[in-house]
Amino acid sequence: MNRDTRIAWINRLLLPLLNIITAFAVTAVVFWLIDVNPIEAAQVLLYGAFGYEEGIGYTIYYATNFIFTGLAVAVAFHAGLFNIGGEGQAYLGGLGAGLAILLLDPSLSAWVFIPASIIGALFFGGLWALIPAYLQAYRGSHIVITTIMFNFLAASLMVYIMVHVLRETGQMTPQSELFPTNAWMPFVHDVAAGFGYSIEASPLNMSVLLALVCAVLVWFFLWHTRWGYAIRATGKNGSAAVYSGIKPKRIIIVAMCISGALAGLVSVNELVGYQHRLIMDFHLGYGFGGIAVALMGRKHPIGIIMAAVLFGILYQGGAELAFEMSNISRDIVVVMQGLVILFCGALEYMYRPWLIRTLAPVKQAAASQEVATEVGA
Amino acid sequence: MSDVFLTVLLTLDATFRVSTPLIIAAMAGLFAERAGVVDIGLEGKMLAAAFAAASVSAVVGSPWAGLGVAMLVSCGLAMLHGFATITHRGDQVVSGIAINILVAGLSVILGLAWFHQGGLTPALDNDSRFLSITLPFVDQLAFIPVLGPLYKELISGHNILVYLAFAIVPIVWWVVYRTRFGLRLRAVGENPTAVDTAGLSVVKLRYKALLIGGVLCGIAGTYIAIAHNAQFTRDMTAGQGYIALAALIFGKWRPLTVMLACLLFGFLDALAVRLQGVALPGIGEIPVQVIEATPYLLTVILLAGFIGRATPPKASGIAYVKER
Repeated sequence: MNRDTRIAWINRLLLPLLNIITAFAVTAVVFWLIDVNPIEAAQVLLYGAFGYEEGIGYTIYYATNFIFTGLAVAVAFHAGLFNIGGEGQAYLGGLGAGLAILLLDPSLSAWVFIPASIIGALFFGGLWALIPAYLQAYRGSHIVITTIMFNFLAASLMVYIMVHVLRETGQMTPQSELFPTNAWMPFVHDVAAGFGYSIEASPLNMSVLLALVCAVLVWFFLWHTRWGYAIRATGKNGSAAVYSGIKPKRIIIVAMCISGALAGLVSVNELVGYQHRLIMDFHLGYGFGGIAVALMGRKHPIGIIMAAVLFGILYQGGAELAFEMSNISRDIVVVMQGLVILFCGALEYMYRPWLIRTLAPVKQAAASQEVATEVGA
Repeated sequence: MSDVFLTVLLTLDATFRVSTPLIIAAMAGLFAERAGVVDIGLEGKMLAAAFAAASVSAVVGSPWAGLGVAMLVSCGLAMLHGFATITHRGDQVVSGIAINILVAGLSVILGLAWFHQGGLTPALDNDSRFLSITLPFVDQLAFIPVLGPLYKELISGHNILVYLAFAIVPIVWWVVYRTRFGLRLRAVGENPTAVDTAGLSVVKLRYKALLIGGVLCGIAGTYIAIAHNAQFTRDMTAGQGYIALAALIFGKWRPLTVMLACLLFGFLDALAVRLQGVALPGIGEIPVQVIEATPYLLTVILLAGFIGRATPPKASGIAYVKER
């Protein structure tokens, strides 16, 4: 193997692998700090995630959310933009999906309701990203700061709407009325029963298919369309992209709208698929989790699906862990997310100089030979 | 004395208390960003400091010990940020977010394991907190109209960290604008290459700036946990780190204007509490959420360039690569 192939292997495989291992190792240290045997904890966690049918259902259900937000963050990343606003975009997506269902006539069929709710979620999520995108593209305000501000604005706006406008009459808790049953995204266990298979009931619903379709579409869009190429070119080298005729302002708008729309789809899984009403704070943590998923999945849809499943496992297994052990809670998943963002994101190249020195050093003999030929010539 | 006057005084009094952590944290952010390092991690550092202060103070019984450890923990996180972004030239925003998320989880996990109270730390008695200080001559001066109550209600009766916050601002101004270190700090945020050419270490300067920020975030977190409140609760900083960041932008990275921005945001917060359920003549009841959202809205409008222009330090957000 020559030096260039070795470096390619280091960059593509060894480095990401080492980063993930480091994140896991530090998590193990945290377990040790709080007097929990990491191996025992891992066993409980895996049993919770895979040990029984309902657990598996929950795992994939959570993974679905992470696929949506992971894809959302990744699309923005490819354009060189950091969308921290997934949290707010998912929340607003919920408003879009909820309004689409609540404003339509309840006697309509599922074939109207479900597409309408998906479009509502896409539209509102995208809209909540469009404003920061516009401000970045045309007014020069930094997208990171504006998307953070828009998370808080979304929270205030939603509290107001939930309390004053959409609250179910006669209820204290700020939640909307129940969606008509026609508008429910079918549960996977119901669909399976229709085909004669019986599996345990879980919140897992057909939104998971939507997530997989989105992953394929994002892959096709980014690597096989003109717009996708323009987005990746802008992210890799903005000024080179401009010289090749790409308009960066449009790229910012398009990438952010797609990103926000994808984040908005979390609400389809959570609300249309499981809660069946608009509730408060259904989105909490998924927007930020998406950053970890996108970084761990190397911004590629296949990687994102794998990372999303991993976080689904941690989320569901973490619930089991909290149930089994008194001195631990599900927040261990949040710790893990933080560590993944730290080691796969901020410290992505920490090991690189060391790896290259040890595995692909510049050969002494080759170097001296080059000097010799130069002198000889 | 009229009730209106007293209400105004009490609202302003609350403004001081709410603004204190914002001011200290915003000053921390000012050092980092003036040196060219974006610091989204203010929130996480404050939360970690709050947890450390409440835990140590609960165990040891001394607020000063709590403050000391809080500053150490916050500095540790600041150094982690430096290690990732200065030494390894990682993305500054990603690193900050990582710190925020890590601390959000870790503070609850460690609190649960150490104190077994569902992630809370034990409630503190008065000996383990920073308590209000009554300034001298309050009662003797109370008879003076307007100024007497002003002194009693507004100036006196805060804890030491509130006074510290307001003392820090002129010090920060002096350090940033009147010292050699401050000049270098501003230079390294605008044009690190020039600083490097002048024979100074960009890396060292940026680490120093982050360290100062760490100390300040430590104080801010301590204030939230053991001066303003009496225990640590999950996510107790509740976005104040982000508000401080907004104030930093709103104040255009200048100490005095940043302080005014913090006071404005603090005032809005205090006002939101006071206006809850109150119908104003001619306007009716203002929804609390509208007032709560105002700081964020104002910052967005400012960033959009509709009220003045917010220009960040030129080199902020960019890792420095020494040319070979």
